[in-house]
Amino acid sequence: MAVPAFAAPLAAGFADPVHDAQRSFAAVMRAMAEPGLAVPLASDLDPPAPLSREAAACALALLDYETPVFLDAALSAAPAVAAFLRFHTGAPVVDDPAAARFALIADGAALPDFGAFAQGEPDYPDRSATLIVQVQELGAGALVLAGPGIKGHRGFSAAPLPADLPARLAANRALYPLGIDLILTAQGPDGLGAVMGLPRSVKPVMED
Amino acid sequence: MNAPATAPASSMPAITYNFAYLDEQTKRMIRRAILKAIAIPGYQVPFASREMPMPYGWGTGGVQVTAAILGADDVLKVIDQGSDDTTNAVAIRTFFETTAGVATTTRTQDATIIQTRHRIPEAELKAGQTIVFQVPIPEPLRFLEPRETETRRLHGLADYGLMQVKLYEDIARHGHIATTYAYPVKVEDRYVMDPSPIPKFDNPKMNDSPALQLFGAGREKRIYAIPPYTQVVSLDFEDHPFKVQAFKEPCALCGATGVYLDEVILDDKGGRMFVCSDTDHCATRQAEGHTGTMSAPYAAQPGPLTPSPSPARGEGGNPTGIPSPLVGEGGSRPSRETGEGFATGESGEAR
Repeated sequence: MAVPAFAAPLAAGFADPVHDAQRSFAAVMRAMAEPGLAVPLASDLDPPAPLSREAAACALALLDYETPVFLDAALSAAPAVAAFLRFHTGAPVVDDPAAARFALIADGAALPDFGAFAQGEPDYPDRSATLIVQVQELGAGALVLAGPGIKGHRGFSAAPLPADLPARLAANRALYPLGIDLILTAQGPDGLGAVMGLPRSVKPVMED
Repeated sequence: MNAPATAPASSMPAITYNFAYLDEQTKRMIRRAILKAIAIPGYQVPFASREMPMPYGWGTGGVQVTAAILGADDVLKVIDQGSDDTTNAVAIRTFFETTAGVATTTRTQDATIIQTRHRIPEAELKAGQTIVFQVPIPEPLRFLEPRETETRRLHGLADYGLMQVKLYEDIARHGHIATTYAYPVKVEDRYVMDPSPIPKFDNPKMNDSPALQLFGAGREKRIYAIPPYTQVVSLDFEDHPFKVQAFKEPCALCGATGVYLDEVILDDKGGRMFVCSDTDHCATRQAEGHTGTMSAPYAAQPGPLTPSPSPARGEGGNPTGIPSPLVGEGGSRPSRETGEGFATGESGEAR
């Protein structure tokens, strides 16, 4: 019989809940305001694998009992992740992606179809999902974006993500003002990771 | 008896607030609204506005937004109609000094967060700065369509004909678009937005600004945002293009032109002066040695004015730090001095 996940000691939350949450949020806000920019995000969390400490910092800063959260297959497979989130945020973990306000995606390469998530309503486009996606690398690169928050154009790279990401971002943008928002997180050395925002307002610049 | 013998009899526990007053759940709720607002520039996100220890109309929305984004290492500036030392600005600045212990400043370029009531500073904002607007009525269509359900639908359909008709009726009635403040703007060619009651003079500063602009309406429970480098266009017509106010006179204290001026009544004989609405801008210029027509008490001296370092302003004594001709002698100044500059028009504001 497997040992229940709850038998293991629960990983700690923010050491300084008020200011760590503010710092994490400030990084996410800056990332959303300047899409495609890798914003440094320091985190000393030690969440259960495969949840990364940066994604955990975003989750602890933004989730609470008001925000149903969806976990992708990799995170669902580790019960300790749900236990960690439930204890520290109180967020209900839901199986139906359409019911979730936030989604945590550990496997960026297997990014689920955006259409599975809440897109918002014409009168209330804010009632849409925010996807927090873990990737390995974030930085400047060849995927070019334009739109609010970007002076001219900005190139970014993020891996691993599906090859058709630009097309999916373009399809997401076509729904504007509906659509989902992406927060990409990447681990860095010494707890200094990065976060990048890809809100629905970004327009991928396609080469033609 | 188990009397609490160890309790010190004299000391009540000091009242302590959570950092920046709001509880953490409220901050999270506001932060989520801010992120959605940034993702949909110009769209009004509903939020569960809390009761704040100040009345509606005093900036409860702006204060909640500021409290949600404020960090311990932020430097806060608060202005009210451009001024750092009016009641609203002083009260809110003190509120955050007390509840968050953050550093405050009056200098625009030193601030990381600027909370403002109805002005955008004259000094250009920089990347990394955040400006928080206090908004009384966030819905630009509200006086044209009172039903929230209907204005929601109009925004959803991007049906802004009503607003164009309103501006057209201005032209039909007055010969020009008579809206001078809270002049509606269109953000990223999608949402028509109320820029809060800033003078239309400030509207062009919102376009393509390097700073993040957040708007909070406490009574109306709405948050909206303009990310940096976002297109913000003031509504107009091809044959009646949008124009900002222009002033015939420079600032009477610092000689600045191309800035927004306040009219100050000096006496009951028609005496008045026009001074910078942005007190930090005016004080900075005066410290640099700029003078205006009414820097009179020192006009006889050659050379620049004695610099008055503006960081000390608002901390007792002369509240402005400016050798103002208004203080104690405004009423006794001959109105001839003030009348001279304005002989050509009845208002310093030209259209």
